[in-house]
Amino acid sequence: MKKLFLFVFILAIYAAHQDSWNWAKSAPMLFGFLPPGLAYQAAYSIACAAMMAVLVKVAWPKHLEEQADKPRQ
Amino acid sequence: MIPVIVILAYLALIAFIGGMAFKKSKENTEDFFLANRSIGPLIFFLSIFATNMTAFAILGSSGQAYRQGIGIYGLMASSSCFVIPLTIFFIGTRLWALGKKFGHQTQVSYFRDRWECNHIGTVIFALTAAMLVPYMIISIMGGGTVLANISASGPLHQPLIPYAWGCAVVAVVVTLNVFLGGMRGTVWVNILQTILFLCFGAVAVAVISHALPLGFSDYMSKLAADPKTRFLVTRERMPQVAFWSYTLIPLSSIMFPHMAIMCFSARHVSAFKQTVIAYPLAILAIWLPCVFLGVLGFATLGKIPDPDGVLVQMLQKYAPAWLAGVLGAGIISAVMGSDAHQVLALSTMFTKDIIVHYGGREKFGERRSVHFARIFIIFVTLIAYFVALSLKEKQGIFEIAVRYAFSGFAAMAPVMVAALFWKRSTKWGALAATLLVGGFLVWTALMQAGHEPGEVLWQIGEIKVFFMNPRGDVSFWNGFMTVVPMVIGSSVCVVLFSLLTRPPSPATIARYFDATASHASS
Repeated sequence: MKKLFLFVFILAIYAAHQDSWNWAKSAPMLFGFLPPGLAYQAAYSIACAAMMAVLVKVAWPKHLEEQADKPRQ
Repeated sequence: MIPVIVILAYLALIAFIGGMAFKKSKENTEDFFLANRSIGPLIFFLSIFATNMTAFAILGSSGQAYRQGIGIYGLMASSSCFVIPLTIFFIGTRLWALGKKFGHQTQVSYFRDRWECNHIGTVIFALTAAMLVPYMIISIMGGGTVLANISASGPLHQPLIPYAWGCAVVAVVVTLNVFLGGMRGTVWVNILQTILFLCFGAVAVAVISHALPLGFSDYMSKLAADPKTRFLVTRERMPQVAFWSYTLIPLSSIMFPHMAIMCFSARHVSAFKQTVIAYPLAILAIWLPCVFLGVLGFATLGKIPDPDGVLVQMLQKYAPAWLAGVLGAGIISAVMGSDAHQVLALSTMFTKDIIVHYGGREKFGERRSVHFARIFIIFVTLIAYFVALSLKEKQGIFEIAVRYAFSGFAAMAPVMVAALFWKRSTKWGALAATLLVGGFLVWTALMQAGHEPGEVLWQIGEIKVFFMNPRGDVSFWNGFMTVVPMVIGSSVCVVLFSLLTRPPSPATIARYFDATASHASS
């Protein structure tokens, strides 16, 4: 269930990159100078960092460290 | 003169750091190529970021924003914010674990062992090296061009450091740094480099905003109000399919040999944690100011002959000379940071995947393998330098080659995914995908050279499968970039040919999948 939730979560973030509703918009500008398309994509970058923070928190592959430290077979 | 002094002082510092790293080095390949797998979290982040950021992040981004507007950020930067950290999270961490457990230092050595293959690994090596070399050459070309532009002064804009000297300076400093310090020297320098170019954007925006006669909002409103310039603050001239296609390009990142080698060099897997979170924020810190200033450059400078020089021109006009020096150092940092990793990766691959693999270790030993690597570093840099000089006028060809190489590396990502996550994948699946990618790249280059914009290359009924777009690039059905059919084709090849052929022995599969499976730890 957790895997499915994370998969849908990642897919939703990916889909949000294609912000077709902002394509031809030039107003309102954020802080008066940042066009909406650019402001959205900047916020999207922050959302990507947040997505990675969630993945690190709930899906970190900590078993890799233990496996890597085991002697070679 | 001041910018040149700042840059030369910076270059001297880089060479000095290489010398310091040399004193700490041990004469074995694991130390030279991977700094003994001892890179801690902060240096790992700064270094892996420097590996991926080229001069394009500063100059190209602002130049493209000047030409095409704000859409460049979503096209190139925010797609990387999504894809690159995810690939580091899912692929990079597993590569690290397998490298540590089985001693792999390159992707090819992993593929060879994972799929029990020998010459197929050599084919993958050949394609990877062929796609990496133009990238390395263009880094040296970029360094020479930047040094010439920044040192230009007087009414005739005569460069104080001519192009040939600029290329030589970059090549010598990179060679010294990598030759002496190996991976350790490279990552130490990356600390300084990444901090420098991360700070650059914010400083440039702050300084320019103080010097401009009007406020940012006045310029941007003016651009939005004029129908001729409105496209700069929207994406109305950017096709949505091309915008989507571009999200596949950052898949190339994890397939760059220098990126994979960085993943092998981390001390603990926890080094990846901060990296994947900070990576999108670092992209934002560099790209947002550069894209914004590129668009602003159109409003403040008007039409200029060389859009890629828009940032340099804005700084020359609106900022003090010392900042132009810091800019130069920032750009040179980006050039050298990625170039040093490319040179090191090529030498690592040549030494480990060819010399050592074909019997060199028994013959020459660890110490002499490092000597081979050092000789190769000088050799490959000399070749790159002379190519950069003799083909200066043909820089555009290399730019095209790099653009297609990105698609090629992206299309190799399914091979890596299959190796890591699909037990049933086979060496024949990997070979089929590699040959498809190589063949597609050669075909694209031939089409690009022999056809004009608008020509149809392959048509089925009314459907134009491949055609030349108005920019003169090969495009896929409906305007998708060629990376789309390449990734799909490569995935199909891996799956189909794997299912048709015999998988590796159960012992090999167990060895590799027990090493990364979560149930194995419990």
